[in-house]
Amino acid sequence: MRISFMQKTCLGLAMAAGVALLPSLSVAKTYNLTVDKVMIYTGDFQKEGIGYNGKSPGPVLRFKEGEDVTINVTNNLDESTSIHWHGLILPFQMDGVPKISFPGIEPGETFTYKFPIVQSGTYWFHSHSGFQEPDGAYGSIVIEPEKRDPYRFDKDYVVQFTDAHPHSGKRILRNLKMSADYYNRQQQTIGDFFADVRENGFKATVDDRMAWGDMRMMPTDIEDVQGFTPLINGKGPEQNWTGLFEPKERIRLRFINSSAMTYFDVRIPGLKMTVVAADGNNVQPVTVDELRLGVAETYDVIVRPMDDKAYTIFGASMGRTAYARATLAPRQGMVAEIPEMTKAPLLTMADMGMDHGNMEGMDHSSMKDMDHSKMKRMDHSSMKEMDHSSMKGMDHSNMMGMEQDKDSFYANGSGLVPTAANGGKFLSYADLKAQKPLYEEREATREIELRLTGNMERYIWSINGVKYEDADPVVLQYGERVRFKFVNETMMTHPMHLHGMWSILDVGAGKWDPIKHTISVAPGTTVYSETEVDAPGQWAFHCHLSFHMDAGMFRKIVVEGGPTSASLNPSEQGELQ
Amino acid sequence: MIKLKKSLLTAALTFSVLTPVVGHSAELSNIYYGVQMEEFEYRYGEGGEELFAFDGDAFIGTDELKLRWEGSGELDLNVNRFESLSNQIALQTPISDFWDIKGGIRYSSPQGPDRWYAAVGLSGLAPQWMEVDTNLFLSEKGKLSADLDIEYEILLTNYLTLTPSANIEAAFSSDREIGVGSGINSVEAGLRLSYDVWDRILSPYVGVVYERKFGQTANFVEAEGESADIWYAVIGAKLMF
Repeated sequence: MRISFMQKTCLGLAMAAGVALLPSLSVAKTYNLTVDKVMIYTGDFQKEGIGYNGKSPGPVLRFKEGEDVTINVTNNLDESTSIHWHGLILPFQMDGVPKISFPGIEPGETFTYKFPIVQSGTYWFHSHSGFQEPDGAYGSIVIEPEKRDPYRFDKDYVVQFTDAHPHSGKRILRNLKMSADYYNRQQQTIGDFFADVRENGFKATVDDRMAWGDMRMMPTDIEDVQGFTPLINGKGPEQNWTGLFEPKERIRLRFINSSAMTYFDVRIPGLKMTVVAADGNNVQPVTVDELRLGVAETYDVIVRPMDDKAYTIFGASMGRTAYARATLAPRQGMVAEIPEMTKAPLLTMADMGMDHGNMEGMDHSSMKDMDHSKMKRMDHSSMKEMDHSSMKGMDHSNMMGMEQDKDSFYANGSGLVPTAANGGKFLSYADLKAQKPLYEEREATREIELRLTGNMERYIWSINGVKYEDADPVVLQYGERVRFKFVNETMMTHPMHLHGMWSILDVGAGKWDPIKHTISVAPGTTVYSETEVDAPGQWAFHCHLSFHMDAGMFRKIVVEGGPTSASLNPSEQGELQ
Repeated sequence: MIKLKKSLLTAALTFSVLTPVVGHSAELSNIYYGVQMEEFEYRYGEGGEELFAFDGDAFIGTDELKLRWEGSGELDLNVNRFESLSNQIALQTPISDFWDIKGGIRYSSPQGPDRWYAAVGLSGLAPQWMEVDTNLFLSEKGKLSADLDIEYEILLTNYLTLTPSANIEAAFSSDREIGVGSGINSVEAGLRLSYDVWDRILSPYVGVVYERKFGQTANFVEAEGESADIWYAVIGAKLMF
């Protein structure tokens, strides 16, 4: 991001001239980004990747709500590229998805993005071409609000996670297509078998293995792609990114998960985190000990260290194959203890979307302290007769009456339900309430069911059983309010991202339902979100796990009607030079 | 050695025809390829037999349709001739979540007379993680035969794997010219202990292989002064790229 002296001067003069008093003449700023081949050093390995302005991650783009931005993006690669402004509300031609928003940016070309900034908060940007994003093409966006934030903070840091992998994205997908468990190095071994026999008995263990073997699924199948080094702001655990503070200061941490494939369970031992925003939108503050940062999500938290000592920002991957680590410290070079990762979770039959009719009859109060070993004693033999076509997963709406400390965004009895390492509060989607509703509350005009489907063994991912290349677009009408019903029929967790329009996540809070751009749908669950269809044009809608997206869990959304015709020509908005 | 060159040439030709497709894969990103050698090994028999053996496959294609080469052979290093050598090219397509059907041609060209076959087969993953591959062959002489391959991986650790495998060959009528009798004519059972040293690209192993011929086939073999059942110690590497 370079702002010329002239521009600064002009800006200063304009401000001095009292432009702020004339709302029709909003502030305009120009930013320049180059897309470059770069070297990425993680502390564990180095590789050639892709970055912006010569670095991966790219710069923090700092915008102000209400300004008109012009961003010149120059492609210095020898392949086509693009930039998607993740979570930003803008004309669809500026959304940066090749073949949907625009043709893409060819080698040597400069594309000029121009759009007004109509929101504030924490967002990010990334390439939407091939596997450039997993290869390093991402950066962050911080938008200052027009009015002041409804919370106080003294320091403000972006804390951007990724899962840097020594293999190129292209090679990873090819390996997964060749062998879906290529990267799974957490499979159950003969040693685990004997350990389980000791704990649960021979028959229960054999039954368990037979039940999974019969389905040809693995309870360890939580992270498709292992072998990565988690980075925070481009630094590996050993390189230890450090944010400085003075005791008693309030620090705003803008957590962004720019990983290709990896969820992180984030905590800062010794500090409570007050969540103030999710996916850029302010939420009613909720104080937690730990939170799960889904792929492509952002959370803003405020922490207040009182002591003159260092604290570790610790993000264990959901499958516990690696951890991200950074430090908050009063002085450079200070470090705190790196905690141990808690035990790796195992999927259960509940994550398979097992018959919930049976589960409902179970005594819920006794399920709270249910441990995995008890799960294993469940009679899996009855699973064999299970009708897979009826495995639609569980209906979320039925679950609202359950105990507060159960997370209704996981299947009942799921192995993935997170618990805080210190036994404290773990953030749930159910805790998120909008600070200020963005839309009038109204009944949805219709419901669209999207079954999240796939074939793990073949590494094919799809929606309603159809891959992107074979699918028709989803057509929405401008002005309608659509209720999306996500039914996860797979064993994996899918962060579903709708471009261009907000997803109002149904947490049962009515008009206080939080507003997000990415909705994580756990295995065996049904989740609802509503969208006010207020953005004409065509948009992308997909699972944000890079390799699921590329393997077919993707749809084009076409919004018909509305004030479209005036602005359908891309050249009116952006330009190729 | 000429036979080996010939088979490698066939494989090379097949892939050179297909590489332009891969070359443009920036656009056709849904075309994938892979090469695997399940067995690539030196065998030392109990009677001093020394063999080089391989069994591998390569594919290119989409989720819906793949072209697959499968090759296997046993080269007798003492006399420098192939006891068995076959190459198969087949098209393969899914018929269910875990199973593919395939159809193509196989050329068998060991020492002695060669045979062309039409081949249809089934390959996939059976419950309990059994990898299964089976083919039905119709030779140019009108003889019907079949084979069945089963493999299972026992993870001692996530890098150290014990792999039992079995291969059964059967013929529905005898083909005396190539030394095949009717009925089950050979069984090969293997147990290999491998360690992944470089991703899954290179996994060296040691193991044992037991090979036994039956019925008429055994008689044919014994008539040539060879033994109908042999134990081998093997050392080699699994390859995948």
